[in-house]
Amino acid sequence: MPIRLEESSFMEKQAKIAIQNFHFYYGTFMALKDLNLSIQPNQIFAILGPARSGKTTLLKSMNRLTDLIFGTSHTGQIFIDSQEIYGPEISLPELRRRLGMVFDLPTALPLSIFENVACGPRFKGLSEKSRLEEIVEKSLQAAVLWDEVKDRLQSSALRLSGGQQQRLCIARMLALEPEILMLDEPCSGLDPISTASIEESLTKLKEQYTILLVPHNIQQASRVADRVGFFLEGKMVEEGSAFDLFTRPKNKKTEDYISGKFG
Amino acid sequence: MKISRHHTQGLAKGVIWVAAFSTLAVMFWILYQVLREGLPLLHPDFFIQAPRQMGRAGGIFSTIIGTIALTVVAIVIATPLGVGTAIFLQEYTRESGVSRVIRFGTDCLAGVPSIIFGLFGFVFFVIFLRMGWSILSGGLTLATMILPTIICTAEEAIKSVPYTYREVSFALGGTRWQTIRKMVLPNAFPGILTGVLLGVGRSVGETAAVILTAGSSFITPDSLFSPIRTMAVHFYILAREGISMEMAYATGAALILLILAINTVANWMMYRYAHKA
Repeated sequence: MPIRLEESSFMEKQAKIAIQNFHFYYGTFMALKDLNLSIQPNQIFAILGPARSGKTTLLKSMNRLTDLIFGTSHTGQIFIDSQEIYGPEISLPELRRRLGMVFDLPTALPLSIFENVACGPRFKGLSEKSRLEEIVEKSLQAAVLWDEVKDRLQSSALRLSGGQQQRLCIARMLALEPEILMLDEPCSGLDPISTASIEESLTKLKEQYTILLVPHNIQQASRVADRVGFFLEGKMVEEGSAFDLFTRPKNKKTEDYISGKFG
Repeated sequence: MKISRHHTQGLAKGVIWVAAFSTLAVMFWILYQVLREGLPLLHPDFFIQAPRQMGRAGGIFSTIIGTIALTVVAIVIATPLGVGTAIFLQEYTRESGVSRVIRFGTDCLAGVPSIIFGLFGFVFFVIFLRMGWSILSGGLTLATMILPTIICTAEEAIKSVPYTYREVSFALGGTRWQTIRKMVLPNAFPGILTGVLLGVGRSVGETAAVILTAGSSFITPDSLFSPIRTMAVHFYILAREGISMEMAYATGAALILLILAINTVANWMMYRYAHKA
């Protein structure tokens, strides 16, 4: 079978992300249970599951935004390019630049459109105007927003529509020049046309990046994902190629979920 | 007898209107009284001449300088300390023993009468640190007095900055300090400014603590170590010692104009700030 062959050749490559025996706790609540997962570079991995299944926790524990929350703890390890991200020598700003993130609600900062996108590079210490302008234009174009905002880069980002704000967040993430993109329901609250344009840009972006996507519905996962992990109550119930998981799920719960018996 | 819903609604509305309008009425009555007596005496000379004959004649130039100098010193010292404490409490510590002690301390300080601060300033700054009656002693004393107000309002302002701004800032590779400087403080600025203004108001209006720590000399000051008399103290002495009721009212009117000017400038700053982004 050709699919099998392709899969095995994928497996031989060095995993971009490797997660081993990872548990994550909020206080005593276990939000992720014994997670083992490796994700190859240049593919879209969809994290599928109902609410409160640990999807956002997984993303935020990878760029360690969970560090901001009091009382969290973990066991197990996460490696990115074989580097343990909870290791002592890790620099958090550096880690977060490598793993760009888009949140599930549009989170435009109360700054101009330009400054929203330039924020990450500025944090890194970049202040040369021409270089910033270049990055902002490139990022906005990649997020399919440039044409709509190029004449009003100095106006407030808060005046953009929800869909535009979400694309602004994608541009802002790309401006970090990350290696891994983490998108938490990037199309929630978007119209079908914006959704299609984001999905289209995602398939282009995976040539350069490894993408972790929390899709906002099952159809989206089946349209764009290469591989899919199905999460339920903090456990990854099943993981496989998108084709396998959607056409012949091994687990009964996965089958029930993708066929819409619960959700 | 049962009162209908309609009646209670009318009653509530009435009570609320009376409350709002009596507040306004009291405010306007005070303003009217002081300005009616004081305004006719306000000539340009009044602002630029030094007081003569204990304040019976001449102007209030040195007391204006004294008021401004004392307030500036107090604000310049209290603002960074207060905002720094607020940042520490909100951004650098979790709710813990230390933060509770600091908060309890500031709450207590906020309720202490100003004369106690004056006494402390007199014993510590004036005598122990040998600063004498001076702008510096008075400014430091007023700084300790307004510190709790600034801490409390700055904390509330910082707390009201949405958590997502911080989260986004960290996600974009910001350090904690970059997040505070670029996200938290700019968005908390209007609230912090409100606290500073309350501090300005208290400094400008303070008498007891000022007399004890900055003296009541109306010679125009020439350094931070000169004793001064503020407008509020001048007003108090003129009225209390029966020197000149007319000049007291004129000073009061000038004080009110100064406070109006400060508030106008602050409002303008906030307006500019709100319309910048």
